[in-house]
Amino acid sequence: MSDHYYDKKHLHGFGDIAKGAPTLAAKFFDYYGEVFKAGALSAREKSLIALAVAHAVQCPYCIDAYSGDALKQGADLEQMTEAVHVACAIRGGASLVHGRQMQEHAEKASM
Amino acid sequence: MSRPPARQLERLASLALPGAAHGGVFAAAVGAPLRPAALEVFQINLGKLCNMTCRHCHVDAGPDKTVENMDERTVDACLAALDKTQARVVDLTGGAPELNPGFRRLVDACVARGKRVIDRCNLTVLLLEREKDLAGFLAERGVEVTASLPHARRRSTDAQRGDGTFDKSLRALRLLNERGYGRGDPGRVLTLVSNPVGAFLPGDQKAMEKEWRAALAEEGVSFDRLLCIANMPISRYLDWLEASGNLEAYLKTLIDAYNPGTVAGLMCRNTLSVGWDGKLYDCDFNQMLELPLAVPGMTVFDFDPEKWAARGVVTARHCYGCTAGSGSSCGGQLA
Repeated sequence: MSDHYYDKKHLHGFGDIAKGAPTLAAKFFDYYGEVFKAGALSAREKSLIALAVAHAVQCPYCIDAYSGDALKQGADLEQMTEAVHVACAIRGGASLVHGRQMQEHAEKASM
Repeated sequence: MSRPPARQLERLASLALPGAAHGGVFAAAVGAPLRPAALEVFQINLGKLCNMTCRHCHVDAGPDKTVENMDERTVDACLAALDKTQARVVDLTGGAPELNPGFRRLVDACVARGKRVIDRCNLTVLLLEREKDLAGFLAERGVEVTASLPHARRRSTDAQRGDGTFDKSLRALRLLNERGYGRGDPGRVLTLVSNPVGAFLPGDQKAMEKEWRAALAEEGVSFDRLLCIANMPISRYLDWLEASGNLEAYLKTLIDAYNPGTVAGLMCRNTLSVGWDGKLYDCDFNQMLELPLAVPGMTVFDFDPEKWAARGVVTARHCYGCTAGSGSSCGGQLA
């Protein structure tokens, strides 16, 4: 057992999550595999979305996995950095737009 | 300059790689000895002279390599050896093969024999003043141009092949398009070759081709097909892997991604690789590692197709570069 919360080997051992609930794991990984196949979006576009979401949810495993995958799918550093900025903008925007709620509250309560 | 070939092989063999399948021994992964198929491709490496010095080059080629280049006598021996085979394809590589004084004579002689001739072209050579008629020369003879362009975007291409290469490559590609290349004409085939700009495997060839087609169309460039090839952990790329701390992980990636479905199509089974000095090899990578064909003493001067067909293929750890994932060869992905 790790003596810290995040352990790099857990990424490569992700499949072992099946030990507790193999049927659910199989369904999840089948679904996961289907999601990332090229469809209306290319594999590269899906990988960049995954990379952006990985930063939004601040998952180091996902950042590790999709930094490598995005390169493999043909993305470059400029595209990957822009994807992270999209995540950053949405996270920042999500905070800031709540400011309107604050403002309405403050405006109503203030003279 | 990269370390000597024997040191490269030693370095690869010395990596412990705990947990690697088959102990990281390529021959054990393949199981049965690797036997030749019919000889289809006669690949001639005309030498190490090149107008570029790319960071990943497995040939260690460059403008300073003025000695290790094929002479006219060896060109003649190549043609005599070619006539002993049923090979349909003559694949010319280097360095920049076009810079060899024997290149055009060799192309003409192969075309006259009815062979499909491939020129492995770095693109920028087409822009040299001394080669300004090269695109026309190739087009008139129906030579297939197989051109290196690692990425469809500037940053990655320039990172691997030098600043300004992407823009020069686009100019050269437009030149080829003007000569009728890359427009679906089977007599003017323009193939692009992409290899990863870093320590990772190439993506799916078909998917990448679609992406590239769209990206290069925005630059006014068209091509016929894209080949995605893996980087072989030898020469300058080996140096870079080591210096960047990626060597063990990359080798492990290649070994873990071993795909037995690639073995039947491996180029070492259907290709004869001739070195600038007439020595013979199973592939261009073995040539750069100075791992000769398993027919002691035979060169292009006394080539015997029966001995070639009876030999076993010489392999070592670098061979995992051709069997990883979808596989890799001079003809692109294999599975």
